[in-house]
Formats: sequence, C-alpha cells, structure tokens
Amino acid sequence: MMCAAIDMLDEDVMASYSTNEFKGGLKIMLDGDPCSIIENEFVKPGKGQAFNRVKIRNLKTGRVLEKTFKSGESVEGADVHETEMQYLYNDGEFWHFMDPQSYEQVSADEAAVAESAKWLKEQDICLVTLWNGAPIIVEPPKFVILSVTDTDPGLKGDTSGSGGKPATLETGAVVRVPLFVQIGEAIKVDTRSGEYVSRAKED
Amino acid sequence: MTASNEWQPSAAAETIRARAEMLERIRQFFKEIGVLEVETPVCSRYAATDPAIESIGTRYTGPGAAQGLDLYLHTSPEFPMKRLLAAGSGPIYQICKVFRDGEYGPRHNPEFSLLEWYRPGLDYQQLMDEVAQLINGLTMQPMPVERVSYAQLFETYLDLNPHLATIDQLQRCAVAEGVSGAEQLIFEHQDPWLDLLMSHLIEPRLGQGGMTFVYDYPASQASLARIREETTPVAERFELYIQGTEIANGFQELTSAEQQHRRFTHDNLRRRQSGQSQVPMDEHLLAALAHGLPECAGVALGLDRLLMVLTGASDIRRVVTFDISRA
Repeated sequence: MMCAAIDMLDEDVMASYSTNEFKGGLKIMLDGDPCSIIENEFVKPGKGQAFNRVKIRNLKTGRVLEKTFKSGESVEGADVHETEMQYLYNDGEFWHFMDPQSYEQVSADEAAVAESAKWLKEQDICLVTLWNGAPIIVEPPKFVILSVTDTDPGLKGDTSGSGGKPATLETGAVVRVPLFVQIGEAIKVDTRSGEYVSRAKED
Repeated sequence: MTASNEWQPSAAAETIRARAEMLERIRQFFKEIGVLEVETPVCSRYAATDPAIESIGTRYTGPGAAQGLDLYLHTSPEFPMKRLLAAGSGPIYQICKVFRDGEYGPRHNPEFSLLEWYRPGLDYQQLMDEVAQLINGLTMQPMPVERVSYAQLFETYLDLNPHLATIDQLQRCAVAEGVSGAEQLIFEHQDPWLDLLMSHLIEPRLGQGGMTFVYDYPASQASLARIREETTPVAERFELYIQGTEIANGFQELTSAEQQHRRFTHDNLRRRQSGQSQVPMDEHLLAALAHGLPECAGVALGLDRLLMVLTGASDIRRVVTFDISRA
C-alpha cells in the first residue's frame, strides 16, 4: 500500500505489486494491457509450489480472463483511475472531455467510447477511466435526458399491441417509448438497460 | 479502518461446537486403539528446511538467554515427536496449532490445527486404512475410499508419466490443458510443474463423493518419506483428498540419520538457489535418528479442513473462531 502511494507521486515509475498484494480492484499490467483484478485465489499444496489463480478483467477489451502466477512474483501496476468528466463535443473522430476542476481536456477514440457514444450529450458528466492519462472507458450517466428527433406522430404506431413505438433521439439512439411521446419532447432514459423511464421537462 | 463487527468470531456457534465434538471423538478413537496423546514445544531453535514451507520466527530473552534466543514456531510437530519415538514412546498422537508464513486464502490460515500421529510397526499402506477409519467415525455416513498411485493419476487424467516427463513436456501439457499463464511461467525443476498440474487440473476432481488416497510420489517430492528403490524410485508418501481438498499427508518415515542429513543439506542448497533464507537443520532430530527411530508410518491431518468437510464450509474462515484478519 505504501509503495503504491509513493509511486503515484512519481509518474515515471509505476508501482509493482507482489502476489501478496493482489486483491479485487487492483490494477495491473498484463501483456501490455491495463487490467483489473476481480478475484484472487491462493493455491498451494502442503509440500509444494504456491500459486495465485487470478480472475482479471482486461480494461481495454472488457474481456474477463484467468491467469496463474507463481506466488511471490511481482507484476507491474497499471496507472489507471476513474474520474468524472464533462463531455464537450465530437469532432467526427474523437470525443472530447474536460475535467471540471482542472479544465484539462482529453480526447477519447471510438474504442474507448464504444457503445456509450449513443448516450453522450454535450455538457453531461461521464465517468471516464484513464490509463496513463488517456481515456480507455467512457461510461455515460446512469440516466440521460434526450429529446426525440423522430417517431411516428400518431397513436397508430401500435400495431403489435406492445404499447410502444420506436423513437430516435438527438444522439442517434433508438429506444421504445409510449405512444403519447411526440417529436421534440425530452425523455429520461436508463442508459444501463436502454429503456425509457419517463417524460422529462426541458430546462 | 476496523469494521465494527470484526471483534466477532468468523465461525458460527454451531461450527465451534462441531469442532469440540470432533476433537472429543478423535481423542476417543486414539484412546480405544491405544495411541498416547503427547505435547511437544511450539518453539524450536531449528526450522523446517523444506523450501516449500516458511517458518515464522520469534524470540525469547530472559533467564538462560540473556542475549536473546531466536526461535521458530513449528510448522509441524514432526521433529520432536520423532525424538519421542526414538526415546521409546510407542505410538503417539498430538493435536496442536502449527504456523506457516505466507499462506492465507480460502483453504489456508497462517496458524492452523494439525492432528499428527505415528504408528511404529505399521506401514504407510496400513496407516491409510487407519486414517479412513478415523474419518469415517466422524462423518454421518461412511465415505467410500479409493486409492490411486501418483503415476496412475497423471496417466489417467493427463496421459503423462510424472516420474519421467521432462520440464518441456510438463509445460506443454499445462498449456494444452488451458492453464492460463502457463506459457509464461519459468521453473527449473519438474516439481513445480507437477504441483501446477496437480493443483489446477487433478485435485479438483479428487475425493468427489468419498476419500481419495494418492500414494507413491516422485522421489524428488519425498520430503521425509522413505524412498523405495525400484526401476523408477518412488517416495513412500501419501496424501488424502476429500472434495478436491488436500486433507492429510503421510509417510513411511525415513529412519536413516545419514539420508536425513543429506536431505536437510539439499533443502538448504535449494533455498539458497531460489533466494530464500537458510535455516538451521534440527540437530536433535539427527541425533535421535542416529540413536535409532523404530520403523514407523506417520501422518499429519489438517483439522480445520476436516471440519470444513464435516460442516460443509467452503472457506477456512468459517471454521476457525478468529482467522488472521481478526486475530
């Protein structure tokens, strides 16, 4: 723990962690990618070699993998942290974010933004995971308020009896909304499920 | 930092009672078969030399040791118990806490309870019967017992001869069987590879629905067991597995002082090679062996793990009153 704290001050030297320091949430480098430890299991025969069997999430790809380490080995730490940032704009290639405290700006590529792109509205505060200062994961707010740019204007959209109709939102996302929702209205959407929550009043 | 409930035991009251009952029945078992309960010191000037086991040190200062005396907490009561045997004790058992550095997880706590016993006149195959008999006296239903040699095990599950396979073959097997990270591990000896294959691929399948005794280990893993000289020499050592967990480890005990000395020296050499500290070998044990240890078989059984089996707990913290995080 002490090592980690000291090395945070020195950006050039990243902490290295022995398997004894492994625990859920620890960020380490694995095959060149930043990863987060999910689970760490100590395995040791009574009279034999000890191992740490670790379940890890690759933070760049989101994939979960297992890896066995020799106990006592050290692994390079990953300079990864999460921070709240304001989404500014998309220049066609990159999505730009700003730290509301320091006004420092970063740009995220398509791989980092991925599925979140369709929920990003300018000014909204997102949770950005930075690796060596560059965004690798962008999470939209849990709830966003977006206006409807296109939907079937009439109530006749309900042909299936499901009680809803598709609506295209200002960010390009398509969600199912109740029949009474009209073009130009703002709605609240849960970004985790992609579902309509309620109508929202525009400020 | 300390959460408010950490003063409380990590084991349930019924598990604490189950332990008391288990201990009572174990003592009854040994009383009936005429094995004597003994106590030996927890602290020793000498340590276990086994490179896979690290002792925890302590220090005594006072009358008799004005300058202070470095001591090791025992990792098993084996050495002093063998001294008792050499002194003519006859069959003996001990229930005690032992201590091992660097071991903590769902199946490990740095201090744990061991039942260790020695049977002059019995061989290690007969001792396996006695271990099964003891455990089946503690369970609701007697468990079926199977025995399989270490070689058979590797042949059945991995199509490998563990006594002859090269490091390269063992690593390729681990990679082919999908042990993630195996391609990057480096070991200069077969044994850590065998441990990897055993712990990752074989152990989880052992003792499912009963007891599995594995016997006749590679000579390089003899520890304190006698080696039987055959075309391929094997160590007369056994381990018991229940529900994929190692429960007990037994030996046909090595009785030769000269061979014991060679093994101690070899252990310390391996410790030096891997950057571990050198530890003092037990001179008292060597003297006792030179005096004469009766032919005997001995076994150490992890009581916390046995209690896990008896109560269905999947984490050792649920069967000890206070694990190291609450100690």
